Amino acid sequence: MRFMVIVRLAKEPAAVPTRADLAEMGEFNDRLSKAGVLLEADGLKPTSKGARITFNGDQRTVIDGPFAETKELVCGFWIVEMKSKDEAIEWFRQAPCFDNGDTLEIRELHEAEDFAEAV
Amino acid sequence: MGDFERRLDTIWRIESPRLIAALARVTRDLALAEDIAQDAFVAALDRWRDGGVPENPGAWLMTIAKRRAIDRFRREDTLRAKTGELQRSTAHSISIESEIEMLDQDVGDDMLRLMFIACHPLLSREARVALTLRLVAGLTTAEIARAFLTSEPTIAQRIVRAKRMLAEARIPFELPSQAERMGRLSTVMEVIYLVFNEGYSATTGADVVRPALCEDALRLGRALTHLAPESGEVHALVALMELQSSRSAARAQTDGTPVLLADQDRSRWNRSSIRRGLSELERAHERGSLGPYGLQAAIAAVHARAATFEQTDWHGIAALYDALAEMMPTPVVRLNRAVAVGMAFGPEAALPLIDELEDEGALREYHLLPAVRADALERMMRYSEAALAFERAATLAKNERDRMFLHRRAAFCRNR
Repeated sequence: MRFMVIVRLAKEPAAVPTRADLAEMGEFNDRLSKAGVLLEADGLKPTSKGARITFNGDQRTVIDGPFAETKELVCGFWIVEMKSKDEAIEWFRQAPCFDNGDTLEIRELHEAEDFAEAV
Repeated sequence: MGDFERRLDTIWRIESPRLIAALARVTRDLALAEDIAQDAFVAALDRWRDGGVPENPGAWLMTIAKRRAIDRFRREDTLRAKTGELQRSTAHSISIESEIEMLDQDVGDDMLRLMFIACHPLLSREARVALTLRLVAGLTTAEIARAFLTSEPTIAQRIVRAKRMLAEARIPFELPSQAERMGRLSTVMEVIYLVFNEGYSATTGADVVRPALCEDALRLGRALTHLAPESGEVHALVALMELQSSRSAARAQTDGTPVLLADQDRSRWNRSSIRRGLSELERAHERGSLGPYGLQAAIAAVHARAATFEQTDWHGIAALYDALAEMMPTPVVRLNRAVAVGMAFGPEAALPLIDELEDEGALREYHLLPAVRADALERMMRYSEAALAFERAATLAKNERDRMFLHRRAAFCRNR
């Protein structure tokens, strides 16, 4: 089964990660990759480069970044293939570089099989 | 099972392959390596139950395992000295101990060595599969037994016997020589692909352990691309498995009835699997001309790229099958080639290839041979011959669904 691990940081990080952080994260990703479980991973640029679209009836409101709130912003993700949620938890407990208040949210991805009845 | 035990199980699954691989390097004994790893785990379990699991359980286990390995070595060394069985020099003992000290210094190829040992040509195919899933993929004996529809004691015994055989034959833990490497990589790839097919052939709705074998195989394959990055065929194998599994949601109805490639809803093909498969195939191409896995992956890639069945590049597929049949002229490959040739150049071109197989008496029990022949004859409007061939295919079909389908086609031809 596949999981998306969503990175929510307590505060928006510097535009570019430090070299030490990059190395440490690289090592962790390398371990995932060598175990054959890493499908995808990426970090997101600051919210100043992003935008939000809000839906309200027929109305679409577009707000350019940076976003007003600075807490719990999504800053990156992994997609991994794991045997169970437990395994994903065990792997990502060991993720480096995170600070007080940062969260990794682990969510299982739907597989096409899940929609078999709906099709 | 409590939360703590469940956590320990998961940690074992993640950490044990590396641990066993490292221990096998220093002890040169697979059974002993697994023993010590299990010992270390039991010790960790006792310690962590009260003190909590440390943030880096892998490093902890490695430290405990190191201590256990040295203890065992010293104990046996003393015993041997006492019985006078073997006079070991102090210098020799120190060198082995210092090697054990290096346990956590993975020189980068521990896992590859473990894979080579688990897939050693000395062992039967079944034993290789069981040993690989147990030691390299970290599956439990119970899981392997369920996946292969057999009993737990059968698998346990298979594993014990395999380890004994390796020990008795004194199989060295060194990496095979450069000359042997490709051949040994092939046996590893064969095991991985066997595991994959075992999972792929499991019908939907069955025990989830069997389809999960596809994921296990993909994991092993992806891991192998890092261990032997120079091999195009390893990348090709991963490409082939990714591309095949991209169709898994579309290839059967909810009740398990298989859906032919021509009839599959391509919107249900998994795009990210296809993307990964195509990029692995790209890597295989970069490493030279394609081997058997590469050609099969390339064929799967042609299908993956076709938006509809009608848009399939059959000329491309026929050319790939030409190359594959030259490299691997098995009857099944040659039959598939005949199908591709028929699609690309018409049934007249396919018929001689099919006749050739029939004349050789190949695939005599395989219903698809007369079925493919019947299909060609039908397209050539030789209906009475086609009807006969469909009937023959029906008598050979292994399951009721196929049999009914073939009888229907025979009846259709008779009424033309």
